[in-house]
Amino acid sequence: MNPIAASNDFVVKFANINGSGSASANELFAKCILRMGVPVGPRNIFPSNIQGLPTWYEVRVSEAGWLGRRGGYDLLVAMNPQTWDADVKGLAPGGYLFYDNSKPLPKFKFRDDVTTIGVPLTDIANHAWDDARQRQLFKNIMYIGALSVLLGIERDVIVALIGEQYKGKQALLDPNVHALDLGREYASQHLPPIGLKIERRDNVGDRIFVDGNSAAALGMVYGGATVCAWYPITPSSSLAEAFQKYCAKLRVDPETGKHRYAIVQAEDEIASIGIVTGAGWNGARAFTATSGPGISLMNEIIGLAYFAEIPVTLVDVQRGGPSTGMPTRTQQADVTFCAHASHGDTRHALLFPEDPHECFEFAALALDLADRLQTPVFVLSDLDIGMNHRLCKPFQWDDARHYDRGKVLTAEELEAGKPFGRYRDVDGDGIPWRTYPGTHPTRGSFFTRGTSKNADAKYSEKGEDYVENVQRLQRKLDTAKALLPQPVLHRAPHPARHGAIHFGSTSPSMAEAIAKLDADGMHIDALRVRGFPFADSVREFIDSHDEVFVVEQNRDGQLRSLLIEQFEIDPARLIPILHFDGTPITARFIAKAIGERMGKAEVMPMRGGKVA
Amino acid sequence: MTYLPKPKLHHPSLQRNAVGFTRRDYEGAISTLCAGCGHDSISAAIIQACWELDVQPHRVAKISGIGCSSKTPTYFLSASHGFNAVHGRMPSVLTGANLANRELLYLGISGDGDSASIGIGQFVHAIRRGVDMVYIVENNGVYGLTKGQFSATADQGSKSKKGAINTDVPVDMVGMALQLGASFVARSFSGDKHQLVPLLKAAMTHKGAAFVDVISPCVAFNNHEGSTKSYDYVREHNHALCRMDFISPRAEITVDYPPGEVREVRQHDGSVLRLRKLPESHDTGDRVAAMNYLHACQARGEIVTGLLYVDPEAPDLHAHFDTVQAPLNTLGERELCPGSATLAKINASLR
Repeated sequence: MNPIAASNDFVVKFANINGSGSASANELFAKCILRMGVPVGPRNIFPSNIQGLPTWYEVRVSEAGWLGRRGGYDLLVAMNPQTWDADVKGLAPGGYLFYDNSKPLPKFKFRDDVTTIGVPLTDIANHAWDDARQRQLFKNIMYIGALSVLLGIERDVIVALIGEQYKGKQALLDPNVHALDLGREYASQHLPPIGLKIERRDNVGDRIFVDGNSAAALGMVYGGATVCAWYPITPSSSLAEAFQKYCAKLRVDPETGKHRYAIVQAEDEIASIGIVTGAGWNGARAFTATSGPGISLMNEIIGLAYFAEIPVTLVDVQRGGPSTGMPTRTQQADVTFCAHASHGDTRHALLFPEDPHECFEFAALALDLADRLQTPVFVLSDLDIGMNHRLCKPFQWDDARHYDRGKVLTAEELEAGKPFGRYRDVDGDGIPWRTYPGTHPTRGSFFTRGTSKNADAKYSEKGEDYVENVQRLQRKLDTAKALLPQPVLHRAPHPARHGAIHFGSTSPSMAEAIAKLDADGMHIDALRVRGFPFADSVREFIDSHDEVFVVEQNRDGQLRSLLIEQFEIDPARLIPILHFDGTPITARFIAKAIGERMGKAEVMPMRGGKVA
Repeated sequence: MTYLPKPKLHHPSLQRNAVGFTRRDYEGAISTLCAGCGHDSISAAIIQACWELDVQPHRVAKISGIGCSSKTPTYFLSASHGFNAVHGRMPSVLTGANLANRELLYLGISGDGDSASIGIGQFVHAIRRGVDMVYIVENNGVYGLTKGQFSATADQGSKSKKGAINTDVPVDMVGMALQLGASFVARSFSGDKHQLVPLLKAAMTHKGAAFVDVISPCVAFNNHEGSTKSYDYVREHNHALCRMDFISPRAEITVDYPPGEVREVRQHDGSVLRLRKLPESHDTGDRVAAMNYLHACQARGEIVTGLLYVDPEAPDLHAHFDTVQAPLNTLGERELCPGSATLAKINASLR
């Protein structure tokens, strides 16, 4: 077996113990490569635990810019004895095993078909530092140092990044640089070169490197959210925490030092959505961030907000369900649930961001849409986007943009005698007019309730009032179709009779899979849907292809169900491509599944006798 | 109950308050509760209190949960926005509303089923946070709309209309409110308007979490022999801690009491709570004393009513959050959006 030789196109996997300080060292590694102009797609694979359990960090280096999880790894940094056997077993043949050889390991712990690189990290660290915690932390930086020599990462780049991280903290900066150099020194003196190389390129451009939760939080700041209520839950907690952090910087009245925001860490998700609903009712932009189990608890109030027509914005950073499921793994399995959250007939607007750039954009947009449509709007992110750094387009904001506060009657309009009935469909779009509490002394007050009412918000148990109301709600959600972000079409270079529909975090792997399939002569048009209810163009896309693959990260083909439900199309035309083991979907998986199906299709008569 | 709508026309000679409204302007739709329901007396007391306080009706938000009590906001202050939310969740909805606009008067109307059972968590946490509100529990010890099941405030040993004996220990929401840091805690009886109206006025002018437990007999399901929430039982066992007069900031103080006979508490808005016949030993500014007094009465089988505790200087949730004075719902892009130049800097920091 020849050692793998690759430049700017390989995967490094770090196997660590959580709580050992490895996360920041590993992120430093990823950033160094970016600073050398080479795109990386890193992913944390972590346990639901604080200290002591295995955690992994995968860095996909891809000069071509493929940011999805590739699958497999070529260089293993094996720092965790607990997972050594499985980690070593998974290393690609011809790969490289980097490990701490301070203590000798028996021969059977190794493989013959990989290159072994031992560095006595513990010995060097014990020699250089007395404090146990320092020994641990600097060991991480030392392996970054050794790897940088092996891979050709420039020292100046790393030192600059460490300098940025510890700006003004010389006491931390110096020992970090020292640890880096200890690792570099050892590698230069003792290790032969390897086949994996990082070479400087200019393929990163102006892109930014950020996690989706921070991006969504910043989007909420830009979009004008003033009230946030939340309950800690993985993988969404860092969203509310980032909102807090950004607000503390960006939302303080410069004259008085007072806060232009209110953040409640509530007692549970029920209270979170209750607070958001109360704030939305009273005219403040409000949101909550949660994950599937939180949405489960919120269902009753989501139904109330839908029926009473109150703007509410929710970010669901999806994880594996049902029940507690896989708290630290990724899925897209809350799609049908969010689309119809609550008992009774409901339909909710959903937004599907593909990356942090869209998390930012859709967070701000969701606040506008919730106000415009007076209904709950869900941003369906997931752990893969939310908690991992992703290289993406920089955030954008147009200073001419105004918040769309929707149909709100002012005191002046009420005073001028503009007629008001809270649930009347005055404009034919199903969206009624509202008033904020406290607006006018004698006009515009109304009673909000979850029970049936007539168009003037008066309690009513009459069937016709109920029917009129829920049919208007249906029209209102139809109005939403044109307001939601429209799908993004990728046309194959050749006319294609196969299509693929995908959404959210599947995007980078999908793009790579399509390129792979194209290279193999299998052409597919791809449509990335970005909102539900679906735009009419989604129907046109399905109609214009013989077979459409629906690629998603859940067991039941949830987006596919919604497509069938909305368009009433023959389910046989939509082929589910499903990945749901909790790891992010890979291009290899998609290309294989679609390729097999298309390969078979070549020798089978096509639907309706059509052939390409 | 009558099904006839109330006439909108008012007699021109009706007395107007300082903001130009008659008492009838504070009314709502006609009640659909049972004749003699204690809750209607509470609604009447709220109307009276708001009128006497010269409250602008549209500057009140009335928020409730589910149950007979939670239906009542329809029956008072029709010029106010109302929100009949879901069961047990009034406190969170009110908290959010309060965060959005700190300038309105928030009336949280709930019952013992709504607050002591399904919503007890939300009751606890809204009180803990010091939300500026008047939290009124219309407490009848029974589920009315579902026809007479015990609620969590039913006393141990009390008998249901169907003859079942309650074996569970009751939740005492007054005791809990004291323990949880409510800055105004009172109990009253729907049958005692003279006590209830000044208490509500004091609660409405209080800044912070004001909790008022009002025992309000259910004439349909809990007004029989063996109930401890019946009119007769409450009248017999009512122990009024003191009498309280509410003196608005504008009122002239005309009556002189001999020293020692009254104690006065000045609230943040300048109103004065004049407490009469308060036991020598009791101090309404002493939370521990209030808890002890409450428990001592309870042990004697008495239902203590009146103002138990008040802290006129307590900070509310907005003070804890240090929010701007302007209501958050009035802020626009100018105040909230950091703009593209700042975003460019953020982008630069992420490269």
